[in-house]
Amino acid sequence: MDIRSQISMVFHLDKCIGCHTCSIACKNVWTDRKGAEYMWWNNVETKPGTGFPTKWEDQEQYRGGWEVVDGKLRLKSSGKQNFLQRIFYQPNLPTLDEYYEPWTYDYANLFNAAEGDDQPTARPVSKITGEFIDIESGPNWDDDLGGSPLYARNDPNLKALTEEQQLQLMSIEQLVMFYLPRICNHCLNPACVASCPSGALYKRGEDGIVLVNQEVCRGWRFCVSACPYKKVFYNWNTGKSEKCLLCYPRVETGQAPACFHSCVGRIRYMGVVLYDADKIPEAGLRPDSELVDAHRDMVCDPHDPAVIAAAKANGISDAVIKSAQASPVYKFVKTWGLALAPHPEYRTFPMLFYVPALAPVTSTFDGDTVANNVEDLFAPLDMARTPMAYLASIFSAGEQGPVRYAMKKQMAVRTWRRALTVGDIDIGTAKLALAAADCTPEQAEEIYRLTSLPTFEERFVIPPSHREQAIEVLKNPLENKGLAGIGFRDAPERGL
Amino acid sequence: MSASFLNAFLFVGFPYLMLGLAVAVSILRFTFRPFSYSSLSSQFLENEQLFWGANLWHWGILWVLGGHLVGFLMPRTLLWWNAQPVRLFILETTGLVMAMLALFGVLALLLRRATNARVKAVTSRMDIALLALLLLQVGTGIYTALRYPWGSSWYAASAVPYLRSILAFAPRAELITSLPWGPKLHIAAGFLMIGMIPFTRLVHFLVVPLWYLWRKPQLVVWNFRSGTRG
Repeated sequence: MDIRSQISMVFHLDKCIGCHTCSIACKNVWTDRKGAEYMWWNNVETKPGTGFPTKWEDQEQYRGGWEVVDGKLRLKSSGKQNFLQRIFYQPNLPTLDEYYEPWTYDYANLFNAAEGDDQPTARPVSKITGEFIDIESGPNWDDDLGGSPLYARNDPNLKALTEEQQLQLMSIEQLVMFYLPRICNHCLNPACVASCPSGALYKRGEDGIVLVNQEVCRGWRFCVSACPYKKVFYNWNTGKSEKCLLCYPRVETGQAPACFHSCVGRIRYMGVVLYDADKIPEAGLRPDSELVDAHRDMVCDPHDPAVIAAAKANGISDAVIKSAQASPVYKFVKTWGLALAPHPEYRTFPMLFYVPALAPVTSTFDGDTVANNVEDLFAPLDMARTPMAYLASIFSAGEQGPVRYAMKKQMAVRTWRRALTVGDIDIGTAKLALAAADCTPEQAEEIYRLTSLPTFEERFVIPPSHREQAIEVLKNPLENKGLAGIGFRDAPERGL
Repeated sequence: MSASFLNAFLFVGFPYLMLGLAVAVSILRFTFRPFSYSSLSSQFLENEQLFWGANLWHWGILWVLGGHLVGFLMPRTLLWWNAQPVRLFILETTGLVMAMLALFGVLALLLRRATNARVKAVTSRMDIALLALLLLQVGTGIYTALRYPWGSSWYAASAVPYLRSILAFAPRAELITSLPWGPKLHIAAGFLMIGMIPFTRLVHFLVVPLWYLWRKPQLVVWNFRSGTRG
């Protein structure tokens, strides 16, 4: 047993309203710089949709993540076997066009234009070339199913559906969507780290945050190809890779990351989980259908004395163990089985989990009237507008069991609470629903409280700050007096 | 300026100046500006022309440089190989083909830098100067190969002893001063190229991450537990 601590996350999709506040908070703090304008370390996608960069889930095109070949796990894009052939040119690298060309507007023209018959306009100007451009796409170009015949139709997950189901999903009466906010998953078996030939990417032992050392990065770009979630970005101005750093300067001081802190829908939870790193190699080889279980199996019970002893032997402090015992992530993932990792079939073991969004109440249109054709509070899962096969394609490698379990339990909790508060459902019926969803009234209450009424401290259970264990103490703060930030400061301009 | 002074400068003083610069500045840049120690890739901004340019250039020049290196290390073997005309012909043709690939590659890269607006945004004057220098170097190499067949034997017999004398700090410029201007320009420009390594994007080949082949796939860094990596 090699117990390590991982700061991990749950996003409750049923609560996400798609407001992009998280994206803006992140953009303002980290990526509002030359070379990084196009990056969205945090972005919110509409599903079904092609996402950012376009069709990032299509690993036939991008070859991200891991695959099992001859009983061994290896990188799909380029590992040791072929990295020297690909070092001059990356065949699977997404280019700027797969993201979008960042732009600003020629605002000065509004003030400086010569007097004339027409109103002056502010034409879009490329932030890269400085020339006028015609905007062809931008961040959230397919927000709220905008342009869905072009975008939603090309969602790689639709391959899991029959032709008929796909047509239904696109018909106006059946339209359905949910939001998928995405940041770096800080995976347990990160493909970006394994692909970096320079050894610039690394996972921090203390909290599992994955970072890029900017002084070691030589810009070979293997990480951008290897990350199946396309959450490592290439800064075209500095020639280095950059990625979400989970606001580690905030986490180290006991604060929630900017995107978590600013979340309007309060969908985000953060907490420590203890996991057994010895299990990673074996888990990575399991068949697709067992990956959800293998992933959950790595997460250890923080109350188990053997786990606590092993954690202490690895130098994990009491405060972190205590924090792991109160972790909301542990509850959502392990205790309740409600949260699922995105695309486990990429075999990176992402440590950001999602509670799948419930489908809207089903109704039919018979030509004259819209009728709610279900007696119960919720329609049976197979009548849900979002096909289970679609959700399973995103959250459980095509295996519907874990998704159905999470959906049924969420529905049962709502039925239970409705029986208690509204009273139009019989308590006995609600109890039956709970039992059928592998839930007890006590657990239902806990789920309800942590979903609907959690305080800030319950959502973000971050180990208390240890100033002596902040990265800052590895540097001499006086050296950087009067400068912003810590670490090195260097002009991003190149030229050599 | 007399011819002998020019020869002494170009083939004794200049090589040492360039080699000294290459060693000293490479170390200085690595120590004090590690952030800048790479080639600023522009594939993200344009990757279709780059496919041809970068691949042709790198594969071509690697074979050509490899040939130069083999000749430098084993001049006697090279002379022995060239003793039979068929083998000489095979060697020189292979070298020429590879040099042509490199030539097309460097031309494609120059064209790309000159025409693509996005790539222009990240192109420095040094990038253009370097590509021009590479073009000169490949050009004079091809000129030598075409104008003076069996140049590979000349290389082994004259240029290699000269290059070795430079590295042995006992320069014997007289070994090459009687060569025609083409190969002489090729040699002098070669030293210029070496001197330019630390001032250009060429530094990237000093940090080719070969150790990746032996590394464990995952890299875990414990900031507060020294000596445990992996």
